[in-house]
Amino acid sequence: MTRKLPLLTEDNSPFWQGGAQGRLLIHHCADCTRFFHPPAPICPHCGSFEVAPRAVSGEGKVLSYTINHQAWRPDLTEPYVVAIVELAEQAGLRFVTNIVGLPAEAVHIDMPVRVRFEQHEDVWLPLFEKDA
Amino acid sequence: MMFDRIFEKDVAITGVGQSAVGRPVARSGMRLTLDACLEAIADAGLTRADIDGVACWPGDNNNGDAFSPVGPNALIGTLGLQVNWYGGGYEGPGPLAGIINGAMAIASGLCRHVLVFRTITEASRRKVDKNASALTNKTIGRDSSFFWQWYTPFNVLSAINLMALYTQRHFHEYGTTPEQLAQIALTCRTNAALNPKAIYRTPLSLDDYFASRMISTPLRMLDCDVHCDASTAIILSRADVAGDGPNPPIRLEAIGAALHQPWSWDQIDLTATAARDVGEMMWARTDLKPKDVGSAQLYDGFSILTMIWLEALGLCPRGESGRFVEGGHRIARDGQLPINTNGGQLSGGRTHGLGYVHEACSQLWGRAGERQIAPHHVSVVAAGGGPLGGSVLLVRD
Ligand SMILES: [Zn+2]
Repeated sequence: MTRKLPLLTEDNSPFWQGGAQGRLLIHHCADCTRFFHPPAPICPHCGSFEVAPRAVSGEGKVLSYTINHQAWRPDLTEPYVVAIVELAEQAGLRFVTNIVGLPAEAVHIDMPVRVRFEQHEDVWLPLFEKDA
Repeated sequence: MMFDRIFEKDVAITGVGQSAVGRPVARSGMRLTLDACLEAIADAGLTRADIDGVACWPGDNNNGDAFSPVGPNALIGTLGLQVNWYGGGYEGPGPLAGIINGAMAIASGLCRHVLVFRTITEASRRKVDKNASALTNKTIGRDSSFFWQWYTPFNVLSAINLMALYTQRHFHEYGTTPEQLAQIALTCRTNAALNPKAIYRTPLSLDDYFASRMISTPLRMLDCDVHCDASTAIILSRADVAGDGPNPPIRLEAIGAALHQPWSWDQIDLTATAARDVGEMMWARTDLKPKDVGSAQLYDGFSILTMIWLEALGLCPRGESGRFVEGGHRIARDGQLPINTNGGQLSGGRTHGLGYVHEACSQLWGRAGERQIAPHHVSVVAAGGGPLGGSVLLVRD
């Protein structure tokens, strides 16, 4: 499956490239000790600049999902699962991703999942599979 | 939320206009725009010389995009308008941003009569490029968008995937069913049958709905609005001169805007979305209550959004939209709260925002022809999805 890749910046490259070391890096604020996403130079909770990417467990659960059936590009003929995964570290800490490695029909809300990186050029996409 | 000055009370709608609506229409985007704008100006009893402001959402994207091929600059020059103010641009509280911005220009003293318009030529464009509106086409090469880069790498290439995530979560949290969701499409089609300008007017059954192609579970083809070519125009006038024209002024009683959550499709409340903020703001700016609303024109770019708007505007309790629309009797033209009386965007055509305002005014003025509903004084219009949202409460005294 081909991907449209993100343009890397100083702010977003930890998220998109942490997978090179097998780590899911999420921005964290040293002052209020909360994670936030998407990554930015300032903490949206408290306004602190004391922020840095920090490795999380890569564990989470499915908040919502959809099975896409429409071939938006000629190569997208197989159904695929788009989901919002909430990370185990903090309520509300979440992002859109794909659920892979199991039949689309088997995905459900609250299903425990674990990150699995997929490399495309210099980007390691954080995808998720069922946490056994 | 407390507001000590409600600027929109200085503003009223005095005229409306709309081009042909078709799939496609063999007219340029500019010609459609002129058809709509000149009709609206005449409807308000004005001439071109009276128009001293122009507002548009999203305006010209400087790329000829069929999503918005004509902006204020092009229209002002083409029509030879002499304005004191104009404005456009995508960043604002959704498809009604032109109404809100135009009203602010009047309330600030810059303008007396603002022409608000919205042109879309997606039907023509899709004849030559079926994926014209895909998110992959918004940037060439890597996705440099501050917002879209979080979705396109995961092959979220249409907004429907994001809407499907909201829908699935709504089903999960509130027990909303596919049959209930289908009612939005069915009601719109029933209404469209009485609208000579609607794109799809043939009867639609629940079986037809379930036979329509699955795009992104649980959303089907018939949950998506229908692309069209069209332009719609609305004349906003300062309250003290609004009574000079032929139409009874329709006052802007209150506006609402999505302002308090991140501009993001996945960081917002997944079942209330930013629409929640719109309703809270709008009702904080008026003494009227949801029970006073006689008709509602609620954005149906995707069917789930109409359900979300019903809840966000307090027209039914949160989580109850499925049960509220079930069977369709409450939201029918003769029900307690008629919605999308021209067929909405699902069957009427994706005029994208101002079409709802046009229909609300047509109903309040009693000029909706065969689809006219019972006389009423208050109508609410809301448009947008996800992080985008705005509303306006309209009153004909
Ligand atoms: Zn902080």
